[in-house]
Amino acid sequence: MRRRSPEPLVWLLFSAGGMAAALAVPVLLFLFGVAFPLGWLPSPDHAHLLSLLRSPITKVVLFGLCVLALFHWAHRFRYTLYDGLRLKKLSGLIILLCYGGALVGSAIAGYVLLRA
Amino acid sequence: MADTITLQVARYRPGQEPEPVFQSYDVPLRKEWAVLDGLNHVKDHVDGTLSYRWSCRMGICGSCGMTVNGSPVLSCATFLTDYAPGPVRVEPLRNFPVVRDLVVDITDFMAKLPSVKPWLIRDDEPEPEGEYLQTPGELDDYKKFSMCINCMLCYSACPVYALDPAFLGPAAIALAQRYNLDSRDEGAEDRRDVLSSAEGVWACTFVGECSTACPKGVDPAGAIQRYKLTAATHAVKDFLLPRGAR
Repeated sequence: MRRRSPEPLVWLLFSAGGMAAALAVPVLLFLFGVAFPLGWLPSPDHAHLLSLLRSPITKVVLFGLCVLALFHWAHRFRYTLYDGLRLKKLSGLIILLCYGGALVGSAIAGYVLLRA
Repeated sequence: MADTITLQVARYRPGQEPEPVFQSYDVPLRKEWAVLDGLNHVKDHVDGTLSYRWSCRMGICGSCGMTVNGSPVLSCATFLTDYAPGPVRVEPLRNFPVVRDLVVDITDFMAKLPSVKPWLIRDDEPEPEGEYLQTPGELDDYKKFSMCINCMLCYSACPVYALDPAFLGPAAIALAQRYNLDSRDEGAEDRRDVLSSAEGVWACTFVGECSTACPKGVDPAGAIQRYKLTAATHAVKDFLLPRGAR
């Protein structure tokens, strides 16, 4: 009898999150953290950005990025606690805190994006 | 160049000593001498009680894995001059029980190895006449993973195996992939339960030390990552598709 384990699902979220974050976050950080503040590129005005953010496609993309990045963090941090700090005996609590934290973070991200 | 180098060799004689101690030996430092040659010099000329495994002294048999200055290496492929002026610290492979001196007990691996069924599994009965044919491209799919010499350096380097000895481990999983990716093999389904268990690929956290330590370029970490994707794809199919469509 094959044991059903949620590990494949959380690993898929972890790898998708790593990929999405590695591709998208450096670009966003470069644009909004370096290029626009330093005037390397003409910065978009607030009204323009807000209308962009209100587009459903932007909301879906940003929500996906937040959710995947949060689950990437949760999985990695879980194993950091397991192996780095040798806390595997607290695995129930760690799973709750890590993936629970990612779920709460996702809900907050969804709320913020919906209200925008 | 000095003409000798000091080997600090871990000695452990169960029943005579409560714990391992280091013993120093000066051996000739020659350009063509590997650490194994130094140990053979000690065994032949200085101290015949020193115990270690070796056989081919050319990186094929996988017997002479040791920890040299903290790294898991084949002692036949690790040259003394690279450690000059020394000393060179020679210890048994980590993560295994020590039988005596530099000899470790790999019973755990030998028990795990058959669980991944590392042989060609075919459904056809009776066997067809002649050979199973394969293109060079199909050979390339698994050839890298077939280079494993079971030297145990990857297990010695793996921090996950150190923490959780139940982990199936790098070489066993790479060997399973060697057969899974072989076009002549039909046994992937038979290997799936063991590989996709919690002690199989999912125990690996992709530290990658196994691939760094491997003297044959097998890349067990890559094999494990590839199987994670296979296992995850199967898990999603199991979840989404009705039983008959899988």
